[in-house]
Amino acid sequence: MDGLENPVVIEYEPIQHDVLVIGAGGAGLRAAIEARAHGASVGLVCKSLLGKAHTVMAEGGIAASLANVDDRDDWMVHFADTMRGGQYLNNSRMAELHAREAPARVRELEAWGALFDRAVDGRILQRNFGGHAYPRLAHVGDRTGLEMIRTLQDYAVHQGIDDHMECAVIELLTDGDRVVGAFAFDRDRGTFKVFHAKAVVLATGGVGKAFRITSNSWEYTGDGHALAYRAGAALIDMEFVQFHPTGMVWPPSVAGILVTEGVRGEGGVLRNSRGERFMFGDIPPLYRNSTADSEEEGWRYTQGDKDARRPPELLTRDHVARCIVREIKEGRGSPHGGVFLDIAWIKERLPNAAEHIKRKLPSMYHQFKELAGIDITEQPMEVGPTTHYVMGGVRVDADSQMSDVPGLFAAGECAGGLHGANRLGGNSLSDLLVFGKRAGEYAARFARENAGGQISADQVAEVARVALEPFDRGVDAESAENPFAIQHDLQDLMQEQVGIVRNERDLQDALEAIDRLRDRTGRVAVSGNREYNPGWHTALDLRNLLTFSEVIARAALERQESRGAHTRLDFPDKDETYGKLIIAIRRDADGGLTVSREPTAPISDELQQIIDARK
Amino acid sequence: MAKATFRIWRGKADSGEFRDYNCEISEGMVVLDAVHKIQAEQASDLAVRWNCKAGKCGSCSAEINGSPRLLCMTRLDQLPLDKPITIEPMQAFPVVKDLVTDVSWNFEVKKRIKQFAPRPADAEDGTWRILQRDVDRVQEFRKCIECFLCQDVCHVLREHHLHDQFIGPRFLVYAAALEMHPLDTENRVGELRETDGIGYCNITKCCTNVCPEHITITDNAIIPLKERVVDEFYDPLRKIFRVFQK
Ligand SMILES: Cc1cc2nc3c(=O)[nH]c(=O)nc-3n(C[C@H](O)[C@H](O)[C@H](O)COP(=O)(O)OP(=O)(O)OC[C@H]3O[C@@H](n4cnc5c(N)ncnc54)[C@H](O)[C@@H]3O)c2cc1C
Repeated sequence: MDGLENPVVIEYEPIQHDVLVIGAGGAGLRAAIEARAHGASVGLVCKSLLGKAHTVMAEGGIAASLANVDDRDDWMVHFADTMRGGQYLNNSRMAELHAREAPARVRELEAWGALFDRAVDGRILQRNFGGHAYPRLAHVGDRTGLEMIRTLQDYAVHQGIDDHMECAVIELLTDGDRVVGAFAFDRDRGTFKVFHAKAVVLATGGVGKAFRITSNSWEYTGDGHALAYRAGAALIDMEFVQFHPTGMVWPPSVAGILVTEGVRGEGGVLRNSRGERFMFGDIPPLYRNSTADSEEEGWRYTQGDKDARRPPELLTRDHVARCIVREIKEGRGSPHGGVFLDIAWIKERLPNAAEHIKRKLPSMYHQFKELAGIDITEQPMEVGPTTHYVMGGVRVDADSQMSDVPGLFAAGECAGGLHGANRLGGNSLSDLLVFGKRAGEYAARFARENAGGQISADQVAEVARVALEPFDRGVDAESAENPFAIQHDLQDLMQEQVGIVRNERDLQDALEAIDRLRDRTGRVAVSGNREYNPGWHTALDLRNLLTFSEVIARAALERQESRGAHTRLDFPDKDETYGKLIIAIRRDADGGLTVSREPTAPISDELQQIIDARK
Repeated sequence: MAKATFRIWRGKADSGEFRDYNCEISEGMVVLDAVHKIQAEQASDLAVRWNCKAGKCGSCSAEINGSPRLLCMTRLDQLPLDKPITIEPMQAFPVVKDLVTDVSWNFEVKKRIKQFAPRPADAEDGTWRILQRDVDRVQEFRKCIECFLCQDVCHVLREHHLHDQFIGPRFLVYAAALEMHPLDTENRVGELRETDGIGYCNITKCCTNVCPEHITITDNAIIPLKERVVDEFYDPLRKIFRVFQK
């Protein structure tokens, strides 16, 4: 345990890059590739091994208006769908760039070796998904994320990018108002690394681990959000956390694992304990014209009938999740506290239904068979909402992805603005590629045009000191706290009080409880040494989780209406004054948190017309 | 609640030991859940690598009662609980700590394999036309989640430690995915024979048996590659021989 007994001497490995990319999911890999292509020396840091980031889990597909299956599709329809899904709080310029550039980014993946499922004419096949007007998701069965991350990874390793695997950044280093690097520790050995960089790209993904029921892994502790916040960047839209309507609910140890929307896309239906298709009972006005009015029409839609309208199961995720919660609360749930999702019923309509289900949804079939002992070709699944995605993130310039902090860029799930109040399925994978590329390009440019700043030895020493504190406290002390216990308590708190349905009382209580958890975090003690020590890792994660949780609760208090993924029981309706406002959160000079209401990004006449023409 | 005993490897390869942990278990639990519970309640520094906990990322590879498995996809109700369940790190790679092994060799091997090189685009818009039946085979190989369990079980690596002469089943599958990719124009057959050591594989199919993605590694990937090696290196001779016969 060298270096520990004498914390005054900070030992670390200094590393220099033009551009440092933090995160190796789709966004980080794409950013690193692009920065390198523009001549920058690039370092790529990730907490896990290459290829294991969350992107690998994505199932359903990547949205791009290739128009291979339905030639009525184009970027304008995709843009309008994205804005409608986000309840018009989206940054319209980002939504425009995303819709315009996604097709080229998908084709580029193919040129790098990705093999998507094919349409009969040999082009890339596309499938239906909630909120998308036409079949738009390029996919590979239900393992699209794996195809995407592996393609990027295999391409990236030949580009001369320096990767630093199993290395976690715990603070950004600043010089005046700009970012000049990052402080990290090696998870294997516990040693420190100090990265000196001219530009830094955050691509750290989301924060599902703040909640008990989630489809996200341990990596999702909101690091990028918290790092950017502490470095002075604004976070926006943080009240919008996407609860995916269908996660597994039973057995308890797998609760939260995702059940892809693809199940509903293939004809799966939601029923309550009385056997009713409850989704038909509640169709929001924005979607009334585009939703089927009979079960028959809904079925035809899933089978590719272009004249039929979508079944209500394929409404946006926020709405479906709320309807499910209502059924459960009103006593019409399934035995283990969910509702029923039934794909087996299609055997009434299709010959060979069991084979069809296994071919279209292979990983769902295996997931239920192996983890729950359920054969989805015979029995209905039990499902309920699971924390899935955070729409909110670091506020960035739409074109360059630079945050308010010079030299600090953000892309992918940790950036905010594209999705507004609710993300459409499939729009994340495309987001990663479009804005990962842009962030890499502009970060390389920033690095070329600006000299590197100075790293402060004092800041480095302070970060290291705080990081090592949990070792000094002694696990046997009366006041010692277990980091896992605090994390569990936080997850319960967020789930119950800052979850799918919120109200002022709960949110206020949650803020007080977060303060108490923060006090307890100050007493966290861990045993063992610095080598691959999960207790220590969890202790270090708590700080970011708490920052993130507080930010969400504050943003949720500020938005006194219900819109998209944010539902307030005390303000159950949409309120037009909030329809043009976003909530921004910053750290002020003396370390406090400020909440401000700001107008949504201005929209050009051209884009407004595109929206109006499709309302 | 029922209890079970988990006999878990603690420490390094040369300076470690098995330690027993008793842990309450509940319906539907997988081995990774038990490891996490032990970590949270009894041994906070117990090292385990994991991510998605849904069999999609291939991080939590280890050996359960002696067989290479993913910790997240092995249910406790499939194991005999009347005796301790042993959990130990993969044997084919150096141990970092507890259940975590140093798999960096795999990442180095991949860099050596010639990268994808597509033929020029088929259509004017820069895209290709490919039929589904021509991608089915390669899609099977691309299901690989890089858990490296096939590397772990392969006797060439596990028992004979020929890491510097043999790339192992994972990278034979990777090479096969590139070689059989409908757009690829590169040729990797020379390396497969010379430096990748395909000849070391004697088709015992252990790799196929442990693959959590059910890829038929030997039959669909390795054997066809071996045939290509044979064709490329021995066919020309046969041709010359035929010329002489005429
Ligand atoms: C089960 C599931 C299914 C999904 N299906 C779809 C789908 O079909 N279509 C779709 O569009 N979207 C889908 N999504 C959403 C989408 O997969 C994610 O939003 C997206 O992959 C996030 O990518 P990213 O590059 O932003 O981050 P990630 O892929 O999560 O990568 C984050 C990276 O940052 C690293 N990192 C984090 N913190 C630090 C730190 N402090 N120091 C160093 N490195 C750090 C991590 O190690 C990791 O490498 C799905 C999500 C889940 C969970």
